[in-house]
Amino acid sequence: MSLSASSSVETVREPGSPLSGATGEEVAAKIEGRGTWQLAWARLRRDRAAMIALGVIVVIILVAIFAPLFATVTGHGVNQQFRNTGLSPDGLPRGPNGTFVLGTDDQGRDVLVRIAYGTRISLFVGVAVTLIVVVIGGLLGLAAGYLGGIVDTLIARLIDIVLSLPYLMFAISLVSVGFLGGNQGKLLGVKGLPIIVFVIAVFAWAAIARIVRGQVLSIREKEYIEAARSLGASSWRIMIVDVLPNVTTQLIVYATLLIPVTIVTEAALSFLGLGIPPPTADWGQMISESQVLYQQAWWFLFFPSAALVITTLAFNIFGDGIRDALDPRLERI
Amino acid sequence: MTAPGGDVLVSATDVVKHFPVQSGSLRRSRDVVHAVDGVSLEVRRGETLGIVGETGCGKSTLARCIARLFDLTSGKVVFDGQDISRLKPRHLRPVRREVQMIFQDPYGSLNPKRRVGSIIGDPFAIHGVARGDERKRRVQELMEVVGLNPEHYNRFPAEFSGGQRQRIGVARALALRPKLIVCDEPVSALDVSIQAQIVNLLSDLQDQFQLTYIFIAHDLSVVRHVSDRVAIMYLGKIVEMAPVEDIYTRARHPYAKALLSAVPVPDPKTASQRERIILVGDVPSPINPPSGCRFHPRCPKAQQRCVDEVPDLVPRLSDDASHLAACHFPVADGEDLTASRPTISTEDRVVEPELVGLEVLHGLSDRTEGGTQ
Repeated sequence: MSLSASSSVETVREPGSPLSGATGEEVAAKIEGRGTWQLAWARLRRDRAAMIALGVIVVIILVAIFAPLFATVTGHGVNQQFRNTGLSPDGLPRGPNGTFVLGTDDQGRDVLVRIAYGTRISLFVGVAVTLIVVVIGGLLGLAAGYLGGIVDTLIARLIDIVLSLPYLMFAISLVSVGFLGGNQGKLLGVKGLPIIVFVIAVFAWAAIARIVRGQVLSIREKEYIEAARSLGASSWRIMIVDVLPNVTTQLIVYATLLIPVTIVTEAALSFLGLGIPPPTADWGQMISESQVLYQQAWWFLFFPSAALVITTLAFNIFGDGIRDALDPRLERI
Repeated sequence: MTAPGGDVLVSATDVVKHFPVQSGSLRRSRDVVHAVDGVSLEVRRGETLGIVGETGCGKSTLARCIARLFDLTSGKVVFDGQDISRLKPRHLRPVRREVQMIFQDPYGSLNPKRRVGSIIGDPFAIHGVARGDERKRRVQELMEVVGLNPEHYNRFPAEFSGGQRQRIGVARALALRPKLIVCDEPVSALDVSIQAQIVNLLSDLQDQFQLTYIFIAHDLSVVRHVSDRVAIMYLGKIVEMAPVEDIYTRARHPYAKALLSAVPVPDPKTASQRERIILVGDVPSPINPPSGCRFHPRCPKAQQRCVDEVPDLVPRLSDDASHLAACHFPVADGEDLTASRPTISTEDRVVEPELVGLEVLHGLSDRTEGGTQ
């Protein structure tokens, strides 16, 4: 019997019995059940890979916020061309050195500063689009699954249609007809952003809506939903109060895993010239520009690509961690 | 339990509920499940009406029709003087305050993601009765009434045992002080010792709050304990309805008789001497129920009339007006049902061929079962 005095008291104590010697707050803490979020956070904190990924994500966010600091410290503006110091006499980019830590690009611009600024676009698209998509897809999936009937038929068919459209063709045609200003339209002062947000949002909501709809279809048959109806709750109330909390975990898991997909898609669109046009600093566009010179200037291709890989990897690992933490019963895929 | 005799709180007239069966790739099938097929009953204020029957006989569907969780295919439900059978959801809201349900599955009927306080407080929130601290106070009062520790207000359903969860369900049903509580097999999912606690709780609450219960169960002993009157259902119809003691001592319908003979008796000696009526065959499909009396394919007393004519639910033999049975050839007091043989030829009976041989033997096998002792 190696139990300490305090722990043996703990095990013997009945849930409802008076707790002698404990303060009121301690009692309340003992009695209050730990919610999904508290439990998930406790599990997440034990997941070392996820915590490292979270650390990386925090750093990336800080880089995005303090991107101008990189310009100030190095003294290199984001679009400033250093034709004398940044390019070799025969016009090739310079490799990493004391002045240009990650080298320069074909125009003699500082790769480090441009990557830092590019973070802003990647993160904005990744997070903002995901938020929009989760709200739209979540609500439509919820309505389709719970209300059923004609609402379900319409939304489910729309999902099928969207998921069967090729998104690249869609993006190319939208840019060429100048929809939302093509890649010249502006959002938050950045050219090409509206079209990117639109294209990704149009395609990504359907995946979310389909997942949510499937979940809701099984939840609506639960007895507690019938109980809520027997109490006189409206469909809206049931959807928000009873159904939604049971799909939020899945919603959050898919949202975190959608962020890296969105970031890669944005880079791909910009790489193809459908997204952010030059001279705005953007990872996909930098990778695109580096193609011609990669045999002479590896750094110009390597560092933007590395930034993209690290970012998506961090979000993916963190997303996996969140999934494991929120739904421990879920099989690892 | 409280003596019956109050005025009528709920009356159901010819309630019919059919469910379309959707099968085939194009969902064209016209089949319907006759879940409830013309049920009429009355529940008086302050009494408990027990509804018993096998799984799939339509007792839960009937309860949900009365509570208007389902739309009726046809028929009428009058609650407290108001016809509620055709009310739109918006107009049903005030009725929902008066009619509450307790569900069978104490695990499935509580949302696992919500705290107990918020679950029990739901009725207050939905009907805008109390909010904030007031709501919390009333929820904790309710928890105390049903025997839960009010300090467990912030716990999740998963942290309670089956019996405690059922108490949460009872507290939720009680919140708005309803007139009628429909209990859909409230104890079937619980351990026997816990069953007794919940049954006693329900009966205490009935006295305390003048509640009327519709109590559905398939456990006849529980029903006997809680009910003032009992209705026995078979394939979507009530076959017999009577005050509880009448049913248990003088059942008229052969099905009721057979059902009651299946109640386990604690004493093995009594059990071995008792005559068990063993029915053959399965319950026919409610998609295509038998003609006439629905029990005729399995009934030991079946005659041609049972195939041709649907029996009315009326007093039989010399019973008084409260004892109703739907049978052309009711079982008389002291009649030995095991000696009866159907007089209709087997072709007229909807019976699967391989069961016919057993059919002839069933009385005999019963005898030998008793005689082996």
